[in-house]
Amino acid sequence: MLLLAIGLFLAIQAAPAFRAMGPRFFSERQWLPSPPAYGIAALAFGTVVSSVVALVIAVPVALGSALFLTEVAPRRMGRPLGYLVDLLAAVPSVVFGLWGLLVLVPALIPVERFLDRWLGFVPIFANRSGLFGRSIFAGAVVLGIMVVPIVAALAREIFNQVPQANREAAQALGATPWETIRTAVLPFSRGGLVGATMLGLGRALGETIAVALVMGAAYTVNFRITEVGGNSLAANIATKFGEADELGRAALIASGLVLFAITLVVNVAGRLVVRRSVVVGR
Amino acid sequence: MTVHSAHALGRSHFTRRRAANTIAAAAMTVALIAALVPLLAVIGYTVSRGAGALSAGFFTHSMRGVADRDPGGGAYHAIVGTLEQVGLATAMSVPAGLLVAVYLVEYGSGRLAALVRFVIDVMTGVPSIVAGLFVYAFWVLALHKGYSGLAAAFALSVLMLPVVVRASEEMLKLVPDELREASYALGIPRYRTVLRVVLPAASAGLTTAVMLAVARVTGETAPLLLTAFGFDAINPNAFKGPQSSLPLFVFRQVSSPYAPAVQRAWAGALTLIGVVLGLTVVARVLTRRSRLVA
Repeated sequence: MLLLAIGLFLAIQAAPAFRAMGPRFFSERQWLPSPPAYGIAALAFGTVVSSVVALVIAVPVALGSALFLTEVAPRRMGRPLGYLVDLLAAVPSVVFGLWGLLVLVPALIPVERFLDRWLGFVPIFANRSGLFGRSIFAGAVVLGIMVVPIVAALAREIFNQVPQANREAAQALGATPWETIRTAVLPFSRGGLVGATMLGLGRALGETIAVALVMGAAYTVNFRITEVGGNSLAANIATKFGEADELGRAALIASGLVLFAITLVVNVAGRLVVRRSVVVGR
Repeated sequence: MTVHSAHALGRSHFTRRRAANTIAAAAMTVALIAALVPLLAVIGYTVSRGAGALSAGFFTHSMRGVADRDPGGGAYHAIVGTLEQVGLATAMSVPAGLLVAVYLVEYGSGRLAALVRFVIDVMTGVPSIVAGLFVYAFWVLALHKGYSGLAAAFALSVLMLPVVVRASEEMLKLVPDELREASYALGIPRYRTVLRVVLPAASAGLTTAVMLAVARVTGETAPLLLTAFGFDAINPNAFKGPQSSLPLFVFRQVSSPYAPAVQRAWAGALTLIGVVLGLTVVARVLTRRSRLVA
């Protein structure tokens, strides 16, 4: 009921913006008060690209550490290390933003230069502006760090559901630990892992403050992710809210409605996949 | 695949399998290190930068009349705001969340319970800024109530409710059925069993569930921007006028280019991390103990 209420009230308050902008709301890149030109094209682009890159970084790390903690490490060591990873999920996002802006962004500039220099033939890593720093790439790294504990916690839960008998069967055939993981653990948990990834995606899409602080807040659609720029639906709401006029706020609410719809779809799909794999597992 | 490799036990094949195993183990170890290093880096930097910036005055002064480039000032107004907003949010979402959890564990079965559980799970995924927008659209715009700590508390409780429900559901499930059955055998009705047997038995676990939920919302920044709005002076009245809060304080100070403001941001971040991680760690230790008892 609360979910319906959220959608309803956002839709009511967003109506003036939809009326003023029409379909241009979805194709316009700019976010300007006068003459009013509000559009989510650049914002939605930044949101999706930064979240996807974040997942590309985070999912291998999360799955690797979850596998290590459940399958390789002895129980006595796995438990406390698992708590430690969970702790990362408790760090407030504004602290990640502060650390990301002041510590991580400067530290990433050499990495971005390296990517441009040696992998620049891949279009997304090329940097034609010569400016490095608050880029989509930097935002994605911070998002990735924030998503790791969420995906890792879900993955640990999923790996723990694999029946011990499956592992023992593989071991009885002489499988090494890695072969046990590959032949017994991973096939059993594939569905659940897809769901866990989607829930991580949901988190990354909605993250606000860290993105607002780390990314360059530019209204551009730019696939070269190491160049300064990037913005997201959520971050734009936080940074533009204070200075917005009445129509501007309606437009912000409209962009929030779009974000709500996207995350709702991702989360519902993710939960359904996780749930189905867990039910089958039982 | 396993059958195939069991057949082919040639020596070189075996070395290759061993090598693959070693590489995989190394990759997993690297992944774990990659997951832990940022955590230690974030906490380490915040502690070392924040400790230098903290002083007694930080906890007793507000930012009233303090410009970004002035040293001094403090987070007293923000701490007051955080305490009031989180307190109000807890007062609203904990009773409601507990009721839902009791329903799910003690009464719910079949379609409706499954649906409620699913909706609650999906609610945990609502972005915090959307919760803030919702309260802004409903409370501030539609009802013309203006910014206040109370509006912030509404937004926080939207985020807190699913956390409370899921965590206390886990705790209620830990109560052994024998206790319930013993109570029913004495002819005690269900509602009294819940009130007198189940809830007391789970009380330690429920406390930790609430603490985890409080820890989660204390660090929320985005929804507060749209509801409490932020304020440099002390506003002790959560029901009227904009208020600050610790996360908002950090956000505002870090958005400024001046060194004294950035110093204050680190100090605020250290205070915030201390509260949030402190609550989380204590809650975990308590959970461990209550599980051992159960």
